[in-house]
Amino acid sequence: MSEKRKEFWNGVRAEFPLLIGVFPFGMIYGALALNAGLSRAASQLMSSIVFAGSSQFVAAQLVHDAAPGFVIVVTIAVVNLRHMLYSASLAPYLKNLSLKWKALLSYLLTDEAYAPSILKYEREEITPVSHWFLLGAGFSLWFTWQVSTAFGIFLGTAIPPEWPLDFALPLTFIAMVVPVLKSRPMIAAALSAGIVALLAYSLPFKLGLILAALTGIVVGTILEGLKSPGGMP
Amino acid sequence: MNIWLVMLAGGLLTFGMRFSLIFLFGRFEVPSTMRKALHYVPPAVLSAIILPELLYPSGSLNLTFENTRMLAGIIAMLVAWYSKNTLLTILAGMAALLILQLLF
Repeated sequence: MSEKRKEFWNGVRAEFPLLIGVFPFGMIYGALALNAGLSRAASQLMSSIVFAGSSQFVAAQLVHDAAPGFVIVVTIAVVNLRHMLYSASLAPYLKNLSLKWKALLSYLLTDEAYAPSILKYEREEITPVSHWFLLGAGFSLWFTWQVSTAFGIFLGTAIPPEWPLDFALPLTFIAMVVPVLKSRPMIAAALSAGIVALLAYSLPFKLGLILAALTGIVVGTILEGLKSPGGMP
Repeated sequence: MNIWLVMLAGGLLTFGMRFSLIFLFGRFEVPSTMRKALHYVPPAVLSAIILPELLYPSGSLNLTFENTRMLAGIIAMLVAWYSKNTLLTILAGMAALLILQLLF
């Protein structure tokens, strides 16, 4: 087996435990996107066009709430801002690659592909084939996400429309938020955003959501600054 | 609203952010304030969606026991806190909603 192939499969193997967790998540996304009012084609293709789990859930929720397009786009962008950090963190390890490789690996750069790759790159020396590891991790996740979305859409068509399946979206968000509410700034960010969202609910175009999110981000950041004036280590 | 345009714009922005610093390596770094701020994006955005979903079930504030979505949401929060398990949280919340709807 060539060195490239070996690295690719190392990436797939490192990704495997994450794939098991991602599969049901992709199925839930597919079923909910359909239930939220997206067509089957749009539900499926969002998984490859946007290819970022939590922002896809949020977009489905906003389609369900009939939010205007620009609010959905801004919200997708805000939810995915963290990918800039992954990009910054992997950049030194990918600096010698061609633009094509950089673009391909960027497209595949999700939370789940980033995690095993950065661990490997920080631990081991970079070789001329190291990027095949990220390709293996990223591609196996991409493939799993597409297939699980398709399963979810298939499942979604079998669920009677009168079931309150739309409630599964806020429940998914509860499952994502509640476990991270461990520090005072986090709790304050969540509470302030939630309260502003309630107060600004009647603003047109779902602008209350963006206002609320920005409030929560600012409140959390300021409180963290007060706690440790030195900032991040 | 054209969903395809929305997805394309959202996808391009997402790709742009993933590509940004890999492309700009050595020429730009993420400011530390932004690094900090990014930690608060998920709780802020998601809470801003969750609270109105639970408390404004039909467009106006409802804090009574007839608001089954609020009660089921509270149950889901407890399950999420203790189990830290996404699937279990969704299942518990859906089961709670279905049962409460039968009761009220």
